[in-house]
Amino acid sequence: MKKYFRDIFQGIWSVLIGMKVTFLHLFTPAVTIQYPDVKLKLPERARNRLYVNMDDCIGCFQCDIACPVDCFAIETAKALPTEDLGTTSTGQKKKLWVTKFDIDIAKCCYCGLCVYPCPTECIKMTDVYEFSEFDRHQLIYNYATLTPAEIADVKVRTGEYEKEQAVKKAAAATAAAQAKAASAAAPGTAPAAAKPAMAPPATAQATATVAPGAPKEAPPPTSPTEPSL
Amino acid sequence: MEQPLKDLLSNDVLAYVIMAFIPLLWIVPYALFAVWLERKVSAHMQDRLGPMRVGGWHGWAQTIADILKLVQKEDIVPSAADKKLHFLSPWVVFIGSYAAFAAIPFSSAYVGSNINLGLFYVIAVSTLVVVGILMAGWSSNNKWSLFGAMRSAAQIVSYEIPTALALLAVVMIAGTLNLQEINQQQTGWFWHWYIFKKFPFVFVAFIIYFVASLAETNRTPFDLPEAESELVAGYHTEYSGMKFALFFLAEYANMFAVSAIGATLFLGGWNSPFGDFLGGPIWGVFWFLSKGMFFVVVQMWLRWTLPRLRVDQLMYVSWKVLTPWAFVCILGVGFWMMM
Ligand code: SF4
Ligand code: SF4
Repeated sequence: MKKYFRDIFQGIWSVLIGMKVTFLHLFTPAVTIQYPDVKLKLPERARNRLYVNMDDCIGCFQCDIACPVDCFAIETAKALPTEDLGTTSTGQKKKLWVTKFDIDIAKCCYCGLCVYPCPTECIKMTDVYEFSEFDRHQLIYNYATLTPAEIADVKVRTGEYEKEQAVKKAAAATAAAQAKAASAAAPGTAPAAAKPAMAPPATAQATATVAPGAPKEAPPPTSPTEPSL
Repeated sequence: MEQPLKDLLSNDVLAYVIMAFIPLLWIVPYALFAVWLERKVSAHMQDRLGPMRVGGWHGWAQTIADILKLVQKEDIVPSAADKKLHFLSPWVVFIGSYAAFAAIPFSSAYVGSNINLGLFYVIAVSTLVVVGILMAGWSSNNKWSLFGAMRSAAQIVSYEIPTALALLAVVMIAGTLNLQEINQQQTGWFWHWYIFKKFPFVFVAFIIYFVASLAETNRTPFDLPEAESELVAGYHTEYSGMKFALFFLAEYANMFAVSAIGATLFLGGWNSPFGDFLGGPIWGVFWFLSKGMFFVVVQMWLRWTLPRLRVDQLMYVSWKVLTPWAFVCILGVGFWMMM
């Protein structure tokens, strides 16, 4: 009997206490952040969308190799010996045209593993995290700065050059075979491949002046209209 | 208001139709407002903000947008459902809660039907809601719905008793079941209200009535028939679009109906708390609605404070706590009146 009355009293009392608590919370400032209007400051080393500064990229594929989910699609073409692509801001000489540099950010898991190995520190995380798209293909960011025409041109030239090299190599090989002097032939071909003192093709001067465009900062050059790959 | 309307229109039927629609003019905007308010109250009690976008100022147009969405939604009827009952039940539920407004006096000048059995009628007709809920649960052919409906039936049948007994304490003092007359008896300053008569018996009766009315409207902590976390959505699991909206409207209409009955019987209904100050039929509407709204807000407040009861606890509260104490109140009032 005593328990019955105590239960009733405790029931009413705890309801009143609960009501007091919720009433006080009615006037506690809300913790909600009105997201699109108000944004939280990101932590200093937050990992979001990648950005590649193509002026510094030497096309070394380190990032591609490091990526655990294979986000990258990089293609390079050797610059002709006569072409000078300049140096990166870290002082490395650029030897390759980067004809294709796509990051499929839809696959990216934001592990940051591509950032560390880059020898010129040109690939980095930005604080941009609002880049949703209606079409998944639009998330393939196209960072290469060459225009399609330039890319085609570079490829043709490199192709021609490599053909010439192959021909020369074959000629050298046959020459070496003919001479049947193995010790003399080996040092002969090696410098020929690395340092060809050949006359440049006719277009070399024209394209060399068309250097990669000026660096663009925050929004990476995307190619929304042509989803490559 | 009935007579002047008849004179004005010189057509009795039209006058009755207009009289019948007047409470709807209040209930629909009230329901839209109350749903918004409920979301705001719940949000702020949990240190959130609630709807903030639609309409600009604190998302005031959120429920309008919601109702527009509900109107456009597809009306899904389960293929194994009992189509007729499935169609009818939201209407029965809404009619049950709306019919109660017929006898509730909104002001000294307006009461839908000034009948002598007003209170009895209100209690009787509001039980129609449980029929509708049972119909919804049964016809949906869904176990969650049926569970919800069964719980609702058990709950409302149990809680009708303390509700009626608690109201009986007031009826004994008033000596009438006519709600308009009960209101008139409480005219004057607020200490003329019945809640302060025969202290503490009527006061306890009021508490009992309020708790039991929470159960009758299926509000937390007695929301077992809907119990989102257990029964998906209880008896209206299989409803969508406008039918669902009708259930929602009925729930909010019911909340206001029980609050209005409580305000009428215990808190002077349309009477001003300050005697003749701000009295009269127009202010009467204001006082009546604000008293009703006050209890609606208290219902929300309780909803976001208390967790849900278990079924056995629900029955315990009704049969072992509320009902005996309601009898004690009736006895107390009776002895007091005999002395
Ligand atoms: S952050 Fe990780 S997943 Fe994303 S591109 Fe770099 S290495 Fe690949
Ligand atoms: S690691 Fe850096 S330099 Fe090398 S390809 Fe990637 S972005 Fe370019």
